Amino acid sequence: MHYSTKSLLVASSAALLLSATSCKPKNAATAVSADAASKAYVAPGKYDEFYNFVSGGFSGQLSVYGLPSGRLLRVIPVFSVDPEKGWGYSEETKPMLNTSHGTVPWDDLHHTELSQTNGEIDGRWIFVNANNTPRIARVDLKTFRTSEIIEIPNSAGNHSSPFITDNTEYVVAGTRFSVPPDDVNGDVPINSYKKNFKGYISFIGVDKTSGKMDVSFQIECPGINFDLSHSGKNKSSGWFFFSCYNTEQANTLLEVNASQRDKDFIMAVNWKKAEEYLKAGKGKKVPVKYAHNTYDDKTHTSSSEIKNEVTVLNAKELKDICYFIPCPKSPHGCDVDPTGEYIVGSGKLAALIPVFSFDKIQNAIANKQFAGEYDGIPVIKYEAALHGEVQKPGLGPLHTEFDGKGNAITSFFVSSELVKWNIKDLKVLDRAPTYYSVGHLCIPGGDTKKPNAKYVIAYNKITKDRYLPTGPELAQSAQLYDISGDKMQLILDFPTIGEPHYAQAVSADLIKNNSVKFFKLEENSNPYVSKGESTAKIVREGNKVHVYMTCIRSHFTPDNIEGIKMGDEVYFHVTNLEQDWDIPHGFGIKGANNGELLIMPGETQTLKWVPDRVGMSPFYCTDFCSALHQEMQGYIRVSPAGSNVPLTYSTGKNLPPADSTSGK
Amino acid sequence: MKRTFVYAMFALTTALIACGGGNSAGTDKTPAAEPAKEEAKSGENPSYDPKRGEGKFTHVDVPPALNAAMAENGNKTYKLKCESCHKLTEEKLVGPGWKNVTQRHAPEWIMNFVTNTDEMLNKDPAAQAQLEICLVRMPNQNLSDDEARAVYEFMRKNDGVK
Repeated sequence: MHYSTKSLLVASSAALLLSATSCKPKNAATAVSADAASKAYVAPGKYDEFYNFVSGGFSGQLSVYGLPSGRLLRVIPVFSVDPEKGWGYSEETKPMLNTSHGTVPWDDLHHTELSQTNGEIDGRWIFVNANNTPRIARVDLKTFRTSEIIEIPNSAGNHSSPFITDNTEYVVAGTRFSVPPDDVNGDVPINSYKKNFKGYISFIGVDKTSGKMDVSFQIECPGINFDLSHSGKNKSSGWFFFSCYNTEQANTLLEVNASQRDKDFIMAVNWKKAEEYLKAGKGKKVPVKYAHNTYDDKTHTSSSEIKNEVTVLNAKELKDICYFIPCPKSPHGCDVDPTGEYIVGSGKLAALIPVFSFDKIQNAIANKQFAGEYDGIPVIKYEAALHGEVQKPGLGPLHTEFDGKGNAITSFFVSSELVKWNIKDLKVLDRAPTYYSVGHLCIPGGDTKKPNAKYVIAYNKITKDRYLPTGPELAQSAQLYDISGDKMQLILDFPTIGEPHYAQAVSADLIKNNSVKFFKLEENSNPYVSKGESTAKIVREGNKVHVYMTCIRSHFTPDNIEGIKMGDEVYFHVTNLEQDWDIPHGFGIKGANNGELLIMPGETQTLKWVPDRVGMSPFYCTDFCSALHQEMQGYIRVSPAGSNVPLTYSTGKNLPPADSTSGK
Repeated sequence: MKRTFVYAMFALTTALIACGGGNSAGTDKTPAAEPAKEEAKSGENPSYDPKRGEGKFTHVDVPPALNAAMAENGNKTYKLKCESCHKLTEEKLVGPGWKNVTQRHAPEWIMNFVTNTDEMLNKDPAAQAQLEICLVRMPNQNLSDDEARAVYEFMRKNDGVK
């Protein structure tokens, strides 16, 4: 007994010591308290409370998670081809990836913004950006599909995008790389940057009802890098704020050469004023070339149109549209609080966070409290615009979201933490470590007028030891914190796809009831639809063979096709006759230099197949659909060019002659 | 020794919680432990009428003479949504042939099965017996009430009603 007590003391004090030294959280276990699991637990069969739309970064796609469980619900293909879903491979979806450069099969999707009405999320669409070949896409939240993609002219590196105005009047796109405009000769020395390079901010109008986008106007600005942006709201409605770096206008080794100045800028844009100039005909029509691609849910087909003109307003010549506000050290995040009064700039290399006041900015403009001009644009005096600075908040502030209770939470990459602070008195209230090196963060509605601040999610850049090792590359980790109390409490880790940047989250109630379960066959107006099995047929037009095919659990019609010849191009137009939720059929055929089709109930999709050899090619359903799914298959017979095998097709009829036996 | 280890673990756990500094407020969510709904077996449920089946149709008025226009509408729906699996003869394809179906089942049963397919397959003895033969669950083709009625009229026509 005595021995036992002694050893108990030794053991427990050792344990205490051990845990005391690990108090500075360094790994998984330390920062998690006991009730974390129950807070993130969503029982099997139960729905999550929030949808979390997470940018897929270099995957080019948009992922959808449930919160608080962190369950991956869906990956929506947007800017990258997805052979699994036929995205970019089916004839119907190919035009969606068209650009002025031709088909671009990949991009880097960084930012997400849910549509808003009166500054609140309305659950209709989510806008996402392509960073590499500048584009903006609109995803319809009824179908969870990409409905539209528009290319941005005069732009390169569409980073400052796709942030929206508070009634979704516009989606903005600020260029990260300044470049020579599209209509002038870009074949100039790179070191003529200051003379020849310009930065364009695009305002893309969004139709209130259909959501259709159109480049309404662009503002030509000095050749600097535009990084991020956010709309004003309430009192600052009608204004937009963009962070800018490389005001040094460096064209090489930006790491050093664009970090020279003590302050870069936040650019405040009075877009209502810009609209006035536009109305007054002050815009210049400029020849450009950009693609506008739309997908139609009735024809189940997309089309791509090349447009040739854009209207440009010049920020230098047209006064009172743009103002620069000095902001320390290469600002990244540019975030506006729910009241619209405070604008937070996050200097990547700063050791403080400046908070600007909209009232003070207006006052400074009225009283001309300018420190001078930058390339013809007035620069407001720093102190005149400043509400105050958060002192020693952490290292490397990047992004800020708001809880709607007067507080902000900022992500810190270098010191790897989330820091909560009060907007008015600028005092730090709480810190929570992230694992590791957080980039973006998200509070549901955290950049709107009405945050729903139950959680904050950190999207980390480095994973290291958080998950079981999977070779040199690990999935980027996201971390969920409960912020319903005063302190941020880590409750869950979950892996993500690609590299998440911005994300948005919204109460599931706003979206789930509008979700389409199937497409109505009666409304299917695809030119190649087969409305019913008896309308299935094959039509030869020269060397083009159109197979009008139907599928239903569990057969294709036709499933025996003969008379295809070398040199033919075969188009399988497959209509899924099911009218029930979650019953897609797949279509894969041997040797296709292509993807598969995944055809939703009531939809028609087309796969082009060019046979490369004489012989027998089987096709089959790839999506397990019934107990007899494995029977859902067919054959296509390919004969040499010039063969006289007649074109025939059938299902359930092409049986062997009565006298044939298996032995012969 | 074993007991000591347990105590030590306890100390470690306590220390960890203290260290976490997180808010330890009670959970606002109790894991949902709702048991799966017991599917009523028709035999055990005296209120279940296997002639009528499970669904919204309790009584369907069927005049003796055929409504030819309605039957033609039913034929259109048949071609679009049913024909892939059902022949108009007695031959079974994916599902049973339709010949004489109006004699095998009451109109209420057929219309309930067509519009309330999953529940019928889960509950109705005749539907379950048919599933054992076909092994493919009939898809719910989301017919409206009027479409279901028209399809029934088309079945009557197929069965020789004039």
